[in-house]
Amino acid sequence: MKYTVLNTPVHNLDGMAKVTGRATYTFDIKLPNMLYGKILRSPHPHAKILNIDTSKAERVMGVEAVVTGKDTLGVKQGTWRRYPDLCDEEILARKKVRYIGEPVAAVAAVNEDTAEEALNLIEVDYEPLPAVFNPMEAIKEGAPQIHEGAERNINVTRHMEWGDVEEGFKKSDYIREDWFKCSSQAHVSMETHCAVADFTPDGKLTVWTSAQSPYFIQVLLSWVLGLKESNVRVISRYVGGAFGGKVELDSAQFCSSLLSMKLCKPVKVVLTREEEFTATRRRTPMVYYLKTGVKKDGTFMAKECRVFTDGGAYTAFGATALYLTGFFQSFPYKWPSYRYDGYRVYTNTIPSSAMRGFGAPQATFAGETQIDLIAGDLGISPIEVRRKNGMTPNYEIPGQATIQSCGLRQCLDRIEEWIKSRGETPPNRGIGTASYGFMSGGIFNWFDTPYAFSSAIIKVNVDGKVDLFIGAHDLGQGSNTTLAMICAEELGVHTEDIRIHTGDTDICPVDLGAWGSRQTLMSGNAVKMAASEVKRQLLEFATAKLGPNVIYDLDIKDRWVHIVARPDKRISYFEVLKDAIRAKNGQPIMGRGYYTPHRKGMISPAYSFGVQAVEVEVDPETGKISLINVVTAHDCGQVINPLGVKGQLEGAIAMAAGYGFTEDLPMENGNILNPNLVDYKLLRATEIPEIEIIEIDTYEPEGPFGAKEAGEGLTNPTAAALANAVFNAVGVSIKELPITPEKVLKALKEKSQKKTELR
Amino acid sequence: MEKQLLRITVNSQGYELYINPKALLVEVLRDHLNLSGTKRGCESASCGLCTVLLNGMAVKSCSILALQAEGAEIITVEGLAEGSLLHPIQKAFLDHGAFQCGFCTSGMLMSAKAFLDENQNPTMEEIREGIHGNLCRCTGYRSILRAISAAAEDIGRGR
Repeated sequence: MKYTVLNTPVHNLDGMAKVTGRATYTFDIKLPNMLYGKILRSPHPHAKILNIDTSKAERVMGVEAVVTGKDTLGVKQGTWRRYPDLCDEEILARKKVRYIGEPVAAVAAVNEDTAEEALNLIEVDYEPLPAVFNPMEAIKEGAPQIHEGAERNINVTRHMEWGDVEEGFKKSDYIREDWFKCSSQAHVSMETHCAVADFTPDGKLTVWTSAQSPYFIQVLLSWVLGLKESNVRVISRYVGGAFGGKVELDSAQFCSSLLSMKLCKPVKVVLTREEEFTATRRRTPMVYYLKTGVKKDGTFMAKECRVFTDGGAYTAFGATALYLTGFFQSFPYKWPSYRYDGYRVYTNTIPSSAMRGFGAPQATFAGETQIDLIAGDLGISPIEVRRKNGMTPNYEIPGQATIQSCGLRQCLDRIEEWIKSRGETPPNRGIGTASYGFMSGGIFNWFDTPYAFSSAIIKVNVDGKVDLFIGAHDLGQGSNTTLAMICAEELGVHTEDIRIHTGDTDICPVDLGAWGSRQTLMSGNAVKMAASEVKRQLLEFATAKLGPNVIYDLDIKDRWVHIVARPDKRISYFEVLKDAIRAKNGQPIMGRGYYTPHRKGMISPAYSFGVQAVEVEVDPETGKISLINVVTAHDCGQVINPLGVKGQLEGAIAMAAGYGFTEDLPMENGNILNPNLVDYKLLRATEIPEIEIIEIDTYEPEGPFGAKEAGEGLTNPTAAALANAVFNAVGVSIKELPITPEKVLKALKEKSQKKTELR
Repeated sequence: MEKQLLRITVNSQGYELYINPKALLVEVLRDHLNLSGTKRGCESASCGLCTVLLNGMAVKSCSILALQAEGAEIITVEGLAEGSLLHPIQKAFLDHGAFQCGFCTSGMLMSAKAFLDENQNPTMEEIREGIHGNLCRCTGYRSILRAISAAAEDIGRGR
């Protein structure tokens, strides 16, 4: 199919605003008469609140309001509106705190310094309780109970099974068992969480905020504040990064709202970088047990998987991570039998939740590391094992999902070619690979929305400009550009003809927002449908004008309406539009579209696939790892904007490599030890490897123009490929993330000791 | 605390301001002059989001007091373009998609400008060093390196 818009690199639609410093983020918003809020947080990992005395704080000159749990409705909230038991978090704790950093009170003052000063004068009487910080301890009989009714601190369990696992192990020639530990990771959005809330005497609340789903925040705020949904307007224009960390209701949003409602004045709350690390959300740490049975030739027979996730103090989005890690542990292979049991365990730590990849990077690290070990044990090439068992198009996972498009085979072939082209690696260098897949949006509706998952409205003006209203949200990943391109392609105009209206719940139709890699496929389908509806109307008028034989049909391409079989017979899109509007009594031409997946299994309507090779050099003296090359062959269906896909891939590698070997959140008694950008090690420009991308062409029937996700899945393989590369470089397998120099050195030492003993 | 006079030139415009002597340069730029293109991302002078040019040198404007900039000439992201004419670095950032969320972009552009003003024919390694102090969580830096390299060539052609 020849596209006029798709697969051509397009400047980001928001680019001009961003390179000139004009893009106004929530962080930059100032309203007349605006106050500044600060949040008091628990210094204890687990404690009863006996009393809060705010009188001294209220007397500070410049302080206008102090709020505590008493000023709230006491609602236990969460994104699990269909499952009230999982809604376990108060916005301001009333009787008990469960982690260091939990919000307890908030102050609004004329400036931040005054608010900070007042925070120090709020007197909270705590009665410290015994606390527990590790899921394997918290699940034990007799551990401190964090939530009433959660026996052994188990928050959620998940079971998934198909085939006969026992039979599978019986028929296996070789069985391998391993334990893995997947660490946490901070999102580190460059713009910290922030919000400006403005409550007016007529009962309406407007909140500007840095969020992934303005719709979620609108609904959750209306719930915890007791307002009608339509009386809450959430505006989120530019978002300074999110990565899963801004999908839930956050303390900046509800504290600014509570304070503004008390005062009828605008209040702004911006979290500090330290709060961002210690009191928002983080990637879910997991302890992974894998038992895998294979035939001598490497054919997979059975896999049994048990996972304990460190949930932290509340459910957050973490129950979905528990589900997805179990599902993606089976990816991207054909397991005749598979069993997963996952336990999400409460601990007295900062809640773990969604982060780019959403449980799949952990699954991929454990699963793909073990596959390399098995391949080594059997003496088969790891690529061959993956090829033998890899998913192919139109494969059904019993009771779970149907895979339609799948380019895994081609990805494996291309990566194998690349590895061969590198020839023999020098000493202490190694190349490791990992395969992965990911969903293009989830089919779950635990949020219980009555709306379609994605919607779009289009209005076309007489000069040809197309106004596209969508609830989908651009966090920098480029969805505005992607969706404008889909709209332009379907309607037959240029990308610059599209003007996007987004990030405002008063104006845009509902969309679940930017998480779970859902927007290209789901919002894209809604946009395509709306554009198609507009085109149909325009073609009615064009047909009347061109008067073709009824055996011919018409289309629009490149701003020309033409007879498909005779492209020379054409009239201008602009002319047709003028006629159409005139003929409709002067109304603008409008179209609507929506998308909700139906009959597409339990997880997602479509899946991306890929294989990544990572080349590292390990210094055996220091254990230091240097990234040399990362090559990724990936199948995201039809590429919409190559510039966008490339950016997603390169960015994902930096984040995922950080997860693999530099980033970590060490804690002591629930205290995060490195809550700043000096001690928390993000990769810098000097550490980034050479990166190569190989696009594998597939067509996904469920996606708009055949497109699938290209955002989160790319975060999945790197930690695993890195671990495998380290093994191939120096012969040690590190099963615990991050792969630090200390761990490498320790493993090298143990290896050389073993060698000496053997001698 | 008694306010003190600060005379400063920002984006070719002279200002005389009475400020709190403890105010940081970034606070004066953002809060007094409403130049919100300059961002902040940490409390440890480690992210580079607030980078501006001070007498041609890239400085983290959160790490100096505004009064230390007395008499200095400051350029912020708002001063990069001339009217509707983008600076070659801005153009290269657009062409190479060298930003995503855009929150680090202002600082990144200013570091790149300071660096290219000093070094007109940089190697890739030198460009990497040139933006070592600027964090980006979205792009993985590769597109930024490509953009700066392209801008260097573009500026070279113009000379």
